[in-house]
Amino acid sequence: MTVAVFFGCAFIAFGPALALFIFTIARDPLRVIILIAGAFFWLLSLLLSSLVWFIAVKASRQEEATAQKGLLIFGVMFSVVLQEVFRFAYYRLLRKANEGLAAISEENLSPISIRQMAYVAGLGFGIMSGAFSMINILSDSLGPGTVGIFGDSQYYFITSAFMTLAMTLLHTFWGVVFFDSCERNRWWAVAVVLSLHLLVSGLVSPSPSHRSRAVRTHNTCADKRP
Amino acid sequence: MNTSDSEEEFYNERTALVTTDSPTMATYTQDSELPGPVVTENKTGASARLARGAREGESAADSEDEELTLKYGAKHVIMLFVPVTLCMVVVVATIKSVSFYTEKNGQQLIYTPFTEDTPSVGQRLLNSVLNTIIMISVIVVMTIFLVVLYKYRCYKFIHGWLILSSLMLLFWFSFMYLGEVFKTYNVAMDYPTLVMIIWNFGAVGMICIHWKGPLQLQQAYLIVISALMALVFIKYLPEWSAWVILGAISIYDLIAVLSPKGPLRMLVETAQERNEPIFPALIYSSAMIWMVGMARPSSEQRDQDTDEEAHQNNAESLERSQEEPEDQAFVGRSRAYSAEEEQEEERGVKLGLGDFIFYSVLVGKAAATGGDWNTTLACFVAILIGLCLTLLLLAIFKKALPALPISITFGLVFYFSTDNLVRPFMDSLAAHQFYI
Repeated sequence: MTVAVFFGCAFIAFGPALALFIFTIARDPLRVIILIAGAFFWLLSLLLSSLVWFIAVKASRQEEATAQKGLLIFGVMFSVVLQEVFRFAYYRLLRKANEGLAAISEENLSPISIRQMAYVAGLGFGIMSGAFSMINILSDSLGPGTVGIFGDSQYYFITSAFMTLAMTLLHTFWGVVFFDSCERNRWWAVAVVLSLHLLVSGLVSPSPSHRSRAVRTHNTCADKRP
Repeated sequence: MNTSDSEEEFYNERTALVTTDSPTMATYTQDSELPGPVVTENKTGASARLARGAREGESAADSEDEELTLKYGAKHVIMLFVPVTLCMVVVVATIKSVSFYTEKNGQQLIYTPFTEDTPSVGQRLLNSVLNTIIMISVIVVMTIFLVVLYKYRCYKFIHGWLILSSLMLLFWFSFMYLGEVFKTYNVAMDYPTLVMIIWNFGAVGMICIHWKGPLQLQQAYLIVISALMALVFIKYLPEWSAWVILGAISIYDLIAVLSPKGPLRMLVETAQERNEPIFPALIYSSAMIWMVGMARPSSEQRDQDTDEEAHQNNAESLERSQEEPEDQAFVGRSRAYSAEEEQEEERGVKLGLGDFIFYSVLVGKAAATGGDWNTTLACFVAILIGLCLTLLLLAIFKKALPALPISITFGLVFYFSTDNLVRPFMDSLAAHQFYI
């Protein structure tokens, strides 16, 4: 695999996120902090869900492949639910912080609105999710080897890159929609976000056709109205 | 290779998150007591003025300064995020590319004499704990020695010691580092060129760190020497000992900075009492300078000048306040606040170099053991969040705080959990192309 593949996949996966970061977030220290704290919350949710999955795997019979696959799917669903729970927790934390910031400022106005925080928090979740999915693949792509030499798809890297891009953007959009619906107490919208997340993460077919999966996810992405 | 004692000493004092080097900061909340604890802001030359002004318009100054503190809190956090990130990036990049720093050829520091090459797990654990005890005791002894020297004003000795250790770092360690980088990338280099490069690098570094230099150059040099020191630790500390040492040193940091008889606290307080900055070679300062805005009516300026002359201020700040255009006059604003705004040229927060070093050691070890980048990234985020929380506490408590405990705890927790729990999960997900 060549350096071209590395850079290509890296920019596909992280280009928009990087652009969003540079042009909208990097200038404002408060937003940078909210971004990194968002990444931290996602990381916490991942930690807890992998703990649960790990315990489940250790407790189960390890020989059967189907059981392992089933446990993995369970792990994915549980992780998605936990991510949304942590998103809600982060929303509460940001609400409190917003009130604090408003109280100490001169005109009793917070320097940042809840919408901006929603966007930044969503992007934080997205960047961390994308990084965790893609970074190992990127570092592998720098080394020697041939993709799909044992019969798997040769488009593994590129589809992973596109999926990572989609997930990053989706997390951003879900963040905005989620926070907004929490603000207005529209719990059905929160349920929609959760179910869409489950849908996207659960898009798996028995004989993985990577291109079609990527297309389906990108359709979901296009339907989001931030 | 055995590092000298000055090496040890070099890093272990730098583990406090200190917030000032300016003359005595009598905060507005402390009227008459001596300014013992270190405060958040670093205002050059403003302290005496502020103290007097504060007593005049105390409540006004109180709330307004409080506001400014918190308003610039986010800026301070970013001002520390950037150098810490840079140091970690340098260390991780080196670890991943130059294999020298991950090769173990049996050499160890004299401070960790027990080998970890033992047959049983229990023996290995015991050896690492013993190594830790020896290392921490060495650090404690050195710290106490330094504090004693400082208390009895043996400045020449301390300066000589610091100069010796930064000489070693800037010349010898960077020579080794450069050599290894050249070996890795197979670059042909001749000695005269190398001597020129190292000489220039080292000489400018010594001047920047110990004397005067542009702030950013000084910051860059401090980051580089922290990274070099961290790389040495990563290479020469045995595996398990390194983790136990990281844990133990954050506990030590907590005790040394917070307990009344702690050596680091005494160091900071003594420096405060004597109105002296703590040695520049031990602390990274993120002071940012901005110019005050518009012109102010001359009557107030005259008041200002007489105020200034009445105090003993250093010539610098006197010049600066006379030269610069003053801030606009706010109606009804107390003189104290105006004084403070006018003098508000340098505000920053300081982080000890030991903190940089140990953060980088943690992230570097995460990068060195196993090829997993997720672990490294998780430790990186954990350390940054720990630093953020520490700075939040600093803004609340306004005294010198240990910067290691929270970050290192988060870092250790995330390292072990990501390595053992998250890694298999993410690997399975990647294999089946699940995205969460």
